[in-house]
Amino acid sequence: MSTREIKDLTRRDYQYGFVTDIESDSAPPGLSEDIVRFISAKKNEPEWLLDWRLKAYRSWLEMTEPKWAAVSYPPIDFQSISYYSAPKSKTDGPKSLDEVDPELLETYKKLGIPLHEQEMLAGVAVDAVFDSVSVATTFKGKLNDLGIIFCSFSEAVQEHPELVRQYLGSVVPITDNFYAALNSAVFSDGSFCYIPKGVRCPMELSTYFRINAANTGQFERTLIVADDGATVSYLEGCTAPQRDENQLHAAVVELVALEESNIKYSTVQNWYPGDKNGKGGIYNFVTKRGKCAGRNSKISWTQVETGSAITWKYPSCLLQGDGSVGEFYSVAVTNNYQQADTGTKMIHIGKNTKSTIISKGISAGHGQQTYRGLVKVLKGAENARNYSQCDSLLLGDQCGAHTVPYLEVKNPSAHVEHEASTSKISEDQVYYCQQRGLSAEDAVSLIVNGFCKEVFRELPMEFAVEAQKLLGVTLEGSVG
Amino acid sequence: MLTIKNLHASAGGAEILKALDLEVKSGEVHAIMGPNGSGKSTLAHVLAGREGYDVTEGHVTFDGQNLLDLSVEERACAGLFLGFQYPVEIPGVANNYFLRASLNAIRKARGEEELDAMDFLGLLKKKAALVEMDPKFLTRPVNVGFSGGEKKRNEILQMAVLEPKLAVLDETDSGLDIDALRVVSKGIESLRSPEHSIVLITHYQRLLDYVVPDVVHVFAGGRIVQSGGKELAIELEKNGYAAFESAASA
Ligand SMILES: Nc1ncnc2c1ncn2[C@@H]1O[C@H](COP(=O)(O)OP(=O)(O)OP(=O)(O)O)[C@@H](O)[C@H]1O
Ligand SMILES: [Mg+2]
Repeated sequence: MSTREIKDLTRRDYQYGFVTDIESDSAPPGLSEDIVRFISAKKNEPEWLLDWRLKAYRSWLEMTEPKWAAVSYPPIDFQSISYYSAPKSKTDGPKSLDEVDPELLETYKKLGIPLHEQEMLAGVAVDAVFDSVSVATTFKGKLNDLGIIFCSFSEAVQEHPELVRQYLGSVVPITDNFYAALNSAVFSDGSFCYIPKGVRCPMELSTYFRINAANTGQFERTLIVADDGATVSYLEGCTAPQRDENQLHAAVVELVALEESNIKYSTVQNWYPGDKNGKGGIYNFVTKRGKCAGRNSKISWTQVETGSAITWKYPSCLLQGDGSVGEFYSVAVTNNYQQADTGTKMIHIGKNTKSTIISKGISAGHGQQTYRGLVKVLKGAENARNYSQCDSLLLGDQCGAHTVPYLEVKNPSAHVEHEASTSKISEDQVYYCQQRGLSAEDAVSLIVNGFCKEVFRELPMEFAVEAQKLLGVTLEGSVG
Repeated sequence: MLTIKNLHASAGGAEILKALDLEVKSGEVHAIMGPNGSGKSTLAHVLAGREGYDVTEGHVTFDGQNLLDLSVEERACAGLFLGFQYPVEIPGVANNYFLRASLNAIRKARGEEELDAMDFLGLLKKKAALVEMDPKFLTRPVNVGFSGGEKKRNEILQMAVLEPKLAVLDETDSGLDIDALRVVSKGIESLRSPEHSIVLITHYQRLLDYVVPDVVHVFAGGRIVQSGGKELAIELEKNGYAAFESAASA
């Protein structure tokens, strides 16, 4: 379906209009102003937020789906999606792990996920609510004492509207791109985090919350603000395979780093990638951007992307404050028929700004991936420095890796370096490892983990160990 | 330890090993010498189980097991070590890390406990000293950028750490300088014991001055055409393979 047709359809629906029952638990498929109002009303949102959503919706109508990414998929019918459903009640889930897909359990086991977490991930209804929930409450108290706000986005809208209003859309404006506009119109929920002046958050945020956050739906919204001199490390996602009946995911993450503050954002993304033939699987169209608004602030993105059928994702940094630093460390894996077009944008605006990009792409099976990176140095960005390194590793000869670096330098004092390499895991290497007692799978894992070392060491310890295992499981059977 | 009977094997569509017989007893050191392209490395890869090398006839028993039934890693775990003629580079994987993964995989398969990082480091230091390897090579990626001789020395380090029941060393002495040859020989000699056997594939009698073999075989046309004591190697050095090649094709 062409975009024009989509628009026509959208308009048609709107023209006829329909009234959605505010009491109902879910919205009928389709998108219209009515649906946007319905979502906002369901969430009991203030007027300004509804207006903001509507503005986003109207801009979205005028926009077209981006086509420049090197991914292909059948057209998405935006009118067939339901944009709101109330969180599922626990009783809908399986009663015990015995009722859960054994293949999924097998994967959990390989990843070494503790039993009680397995139950949570699989959505088993358990009455004696798990450790982690009580742990979560304990931590919440501790965070509270420090003045740290960490809650769901909906809660933040109710409890801290002034903060949300000040920063929402300040990094990713509603008109930024097609999917960001869509998200802004219909986002369901997500996380909000505010670290007050001078406070160093004493724990990795969301380690203990990751299960709770699992149900935030397909249009997730995250906003993290580090005030002057604050430090925070945030973990998103989990290594366990996540299934979701929603095929389209379009999240927006905004980070704001004020003076001398430091935000570290780590992601492990393992959405269902589809089966061996590429059927099913999540489309993951994410907009992630951080603004180093203050002097000497720092934002660091670290991501391990192994899931999804299609990934379209460019965590970026706007280096506005003088002396600010942006970092991007990424491992992306595509196997079977997965496609990924991912990379980063580093926009140097302030003086003496510095950015580092380390991207490791691994392709196996028929996987295709593209690294797309932009380094832009604006006129006023005196003494900007960038170092980029993009390495690709191929397993087999049906897969592909492509590197597309864009460079725009408007200030002659800039110092920009780019290195790229492509290598292949050879049968000789696997044979050599096997002759030393390792299985083919362990051999591949060993080589792949070696390849990703520079990224893994940026991850928080516990996450790094999980990520290594995850890579092994993801690439299982791709050699030999 | 190793018994090969009437072994026929082919690679790339051509028969390379032809009715090969060989018996290596526990504690013995055998040397195999033969012209280029006669199938010595092929024999090593067939024993190791490399894909693409197909056994069409014959039997191989190793330490009481049917070797040909085992996968490459099972053979390694059963105690078979191949010193590669061309050691492979593995970028990104530190030499010491690789060797620990290897040793622990083998220990695990044998039902032994895995060595922790500290114990392993102790062992590795000892073995590195034995083959006089500069510790800086231990943290470099496996064989990457190693010189030819350094790679060979690294093979012997691996052998010394893994202490295999049977080591098949394919031209480990080729490309070594005079001092390195002495050191590598010392490494090989250190494995020698009633429980371990060694098969040396070599072109040079010089190695055999340091590691004196119990048996020397002349390999030609895909099989062993003559066996004897150390004096056979000296004779080969003098007269070459001409006499044997005609024997092989006869
Ligand atoms: N995979 C293969 N495909 C085709 N031919 C092969 C293959 N492997 C080995 N050969 C051939 O088999 C023969 C024996 O090779 P091999 O490497 O075993 O010899 P070698 O005795 O080790 O020789 P050298 O002393 O030169 O190391 C050669 O003619 C070689 O070209
Ligand atoms: Mg050879």
